Amino acid sequence: MEIRPIISALMRSKVALILIGLQIALTLAIICNALFIMSQRMETMGKPSGMSENDTFMISSSGFGANFDTKSTFITDLALMRGLPGVRDAAPINTVPMSDSGWSEVVNMQPGQKTATTATAIFFMDDHGIDTYGTHLIAGRNFKPDEITFHDRQSVDWPPVIIVTKALADKIYPNGDAVGKTMYLTDTAHSNFPPQTIIGVVDHLQSPWPETFDFNGDHSVSEYVTLVPQMNAYGNGTRYLIRADTGRRDEVMKTVESKLVESNHGRIVRSLKSIAAVRAEYYSHDRAMMIILGTVIFCLLTITALGIVGMASFWVTQRRRQIGTRRALGATRLSILRYFLTENFIITTGGLVLGSVLTYAFSLWLMAHSQVAKLLPWEYLPIGFVCLWLLGQIAVLGPATRAARVSPAIATRSV
Amino acid sequence: MFGYYLELGLRSLKRNPVLTALMVLGIALGIAASMTSLTLLHIMGSDPIPWKSNVLHNVQLDNWDPNAPFKNASGEDDAPDQVTYRDAKALMEAGKADLQSAMYKVAMPIQPENPEVKPFLSLGRAAYSDFFAMFEPPFVYGNRWDHAQDDQHARVVVLSKDTNEKLFGGQNSVGKRVRLNEVDYTVVGVLGEWKPRIKFYDLTNGSLNDPEEFYMPYTTAIELEAGGAGNNQCWKNSDPGWQGYLESECVWQQFWVQLNSPDRLAEYRSFLDNYVNEQKRLGRFPRPIHNNLFNVKEWLENQKVVPKDVEVQVGLSFAFLLVCLINTIGLLLAKFMRKSSEIGLRRALGAEKRQLFAQYIIESGVIGISGGLLGLLLTFGGLWMVRVLYEDYANVARLDWSMVFTTIALAIAAAVLAGLYPTWRACQIAPATQLKTQ
Repeated sequence: MEIRPIISALMRSKVALILIGLQIALTLAIICNALFIMSQRMETMGKPSGMSENDTFMISSSGFGANFDTKSTFITDLALMRGLPGVRDAAPINTVPMSDSGWSEVVNMQPGQKTATTATAIFFMDDHGIDTYGTHLIAGRNFKPDEITFHDRQSVDWPPVIIVTKALADKIYPNGDAVGKTMYLTDTAHSNFPPQTIIGVVDHLQSPWPETFDFNGDHSVSEYVTLVPQMNAYGNGTRYLIRADTGRRDEVMKTVESKLVESNHGRIVRSLKSIAAVRAEYYSHDRAMMIILGTVIFCLLTITALGIVGMASFWVTQRRRQIGTRRALGATRLSILRYFLTENFIITTGGLVLGSVLTYAFSLWLMAHSQVAKLLPWEYLPIGFVCLWLLGQIAVLGPATRAARVSPAIATRSV
Repeated sequence: MFGYYLELGLRSLKRNPVLTALMVLGIALGIAASMTSLTLLHIMGSDPIPWKSNVLHNVQLDNWDPNAPFKNASGEDDAPDQVTYRDAKALMEAGKADLQSAMYKVAMPIQPENPEVKPFLSLGRAAYSDFFAMFEPPFVYGNRWDHAQDDQHARVVVLSKDTNEKLFGGQNSVGKRVRLNEVDYTVVGVLGEWKPRIKFYDLTNGSLNDPEEFYMPYTTAIELEAGGAGNNQCWKNSDPGWQGYLESECVWQQFWVQLNSPDRLAEYRSFLDNYVNEQKRLGRFPRPIHNNLFNVKEWLENQKVVPKDVEVQVGLSFAFLLVCLINTIGLLLAKFMRKSSEIGLRRALGAEKRQLFAQYIIESGVIGISGGLLGLLLTFGGLWMVRVLYEDYANVARLDWSMVFTTIALAIAAAVLAGLYPTWRACQIAPATQLKTQ
C-alpha cells in the first residue's frame, strides 16, 4: 500500500539509491563467492587420510659417512622402539599421507604397454605397517616377516608381493577380485621385470599429495597407494612411523627420541613430528585462505551495514519535516517505522537483483583464475539474499526508530 | 587559501566524529586489504635479480618418454623442469656459455668440532664456481672456490651467514675445517645476508625456501656419491648402483647459463639443438627437439610461482576496496548535502563555485590522507597476519618503499575520486532554494 509513494520518493534521490544498491550488489557477489570458496576448502581439509592420526608420529635419522650401516640400524631401532612402554606398534616407512614428499610410480597391466594405466604412491613398510598406520585390511592377507626386504641403490626391480588400497584395486580390477591378480609397478614398455601379485587390499590410505597427485589430469589418483614390503635403505636415512597407545602420544614421542639418540651416536635423530602436525602444515594455506575470507566477509558486512546506517540517518534528518507533517496528519509511529523498513527492503532487493548478475560474473572470473573448477551453486544466492535483507533491516532499524520518534510538532515549526 | 580550507575541512570533520571515523576506517580497510594482497602479488611476481635477469637462462632439454610427454606446472606438454646428470655433465664439459653451472640440492650432516654444538642435518647446494658469479651472493669473508678446484673435486665449502654463525660464532672462518658427513672440508668463503625473495634458481624444490646453508663443488659431491635431496623424476628404469643412476634418464639437477648478448643466446640455442641431435644419433631423446632457454622472468612465469590464491585475494580485495569507496561516496554525499544551507548562504554572499569546489575537495583529501595513513598501518598488520598464517611467506610478505608510496597514492586518489561527485553536487546547489527555508 505504501510502495508507490516510497518509490517516487526514492526516485528523487537516484544517486544515493544507486550507491547503496551497488554496494549491496558487490557485497552479495563477494560474500557468495567467498562462502563458496570457504566451503570447498572445508571439504578439502576434511578429507580423511585413511590412517590413525591422533596417536601416530614419525621420526627420522641420518647416519654419518659412507660406512654407516642403514640396514642393521633399521632392525635395531625397530626392536628397540617396539619394546618401549606406551608404543603400540612401529614400522619403517618412507612417507605418510599429506607430507607432500614421497615416491610415485606408474601402474601397468600388460607387458609392453605404451601408455600407463594409472599412477600410484609407494608406501614402503614391513609387516607392522598396516597396524601402525591404522588402516584396515579388507581382503587378502598382510605381509609375512620373511617377505620383507630392502630397497637400496642396487634395487631396480620391485618385490613379488604388494598390497593396494581399495581405490586402486577398484580402478585396475573393477569387479572387486584384485586379490591374487597382478600388476606391474614399472614401465613395461622399456623393461621386462615380472609383475607384482596383489596379496591384500586395505580400505583407505591417502597419498602424500592428496591435492596435487594426478595422472593425466585424473585426481581420483589421490588414494591410489601401493604398500611395498621393503625398508627404504637408499642412503643413510631411516624413517619410522610410531603408533602410541591411546592418549600417550606426546609422552611416547619424547621417549622414542631420547632412546634413539642414546642407542646410536653415529647419526642425527631428526624430524620428530606428529601426524596431526603434518596435517596442520599441509592444509595451512587452505586454513589461511579461510581465515582471510572470513575476515573479508566480516569487514564487508560491517562496512555495508554502517553505510546503510549513515545513509538512512541522512535521509531521516533530511525528511524530519515531512515526517513531522505525516505524523501531524495522523500517521502512527509504526507506519513511519514501516516506511523506512520498506524503503530499505526495496533498495536492498534492487541491489540484490543486480548483485545476482555480478555474483555469477565474479564466479566466472574465479573459474578462470583459481582452482575453483565449478560455477557457484545456485543455493548460495538465496542464502546471500536472506543475509543481506536481514543486514539491511537491522542496520536501518536505528535511524527508522529515530524517525518514528519525530514529534508531529516539527511540522508546525519552521513553516 | 589552502590553509584556511584545510582548517575548515578539519573543523567540519571534527563536528561529525562518528561519520568521519566511519569514512576514514572504510578507506583504510579497503586500502589495507588491497595493499596486503597486492604486495604479495608484487613481490612474488617481481624480478628477484633485476640487474641481470635477462642474461641468466635456465636450460631445459626434452629427454622424456616418447609415449607420455612431461607436463609442466600448467599441465601442458613441456620439457622437464630439471635435467639429467649426463646432460649436465656434457653441457659443463662443452662450456659454451659465458658462465655456467650444473647444480643440485644436497642434505648432509654437519659434525662440528666444537662438542657443544650438536651435529645437525644441513641443506646445501652442489654447484660449480660459476654459480657465485651468476647469482652474485655477497661474500663477507673469503671468496668462491676457483675453476681449478672444480676440476680437482676439492674438499672446499662456502658457508651461509647463519651456518658460520652457528659453527664459528660469526668469526672469519676462512681456512678453518668443517666436517660434513665424515669428510673434512676447508672453508673458502662465507656469505653475507642473502635471501632472494624467490629462490628462482631452484623452483622445483620450493620457490619460497631459504637459500642453502652451505655450497660445495658439484664434482666433489658426485665423487662422494651424495644423492640429491630434492625432486627426482624418471620415466625409465635405471641400472643398479650410483653409476647406473648417473647414466639414467632421471632428471634431478638444475642447469643455469649466463649469456651476455642476444647473439650469444642464439649461438647457445643452436649449440643445444646440435647437442640433442647428436644424442638422438646415440639413441637418446626419443621426442621431437624441445629445448627451453628461459630467462629468469620467463622461468618464473613458466613455473607458475604466484599461487592462484594470491590472484584470487587481489581480485577480492579490490572488489572490497570498491565497496569501501562507494560507501565513502554515499557518506560524503550525505554529509555535503546536509550542509546545503551553509553552501547556499556562502554562494549568496558571493563565493564562487571554484572556491567551494576547492574547499570540499580538500576536505575529501583530508579523509583520503587519514585513510591512507591508517591503511598503511593496517597493511603492516595485514602483512603480519599473512606471515603468521603462511609460514613460508616470511620473505615475501614485506612492504617495500614502492608499495608504501603506492598505498598512500592509492588512498588519496581513492578519497579524492570518492569526493569528486559529492563535491560537484554540493557546488550545484542553487543559493535561492536553500535560502528560502531559512
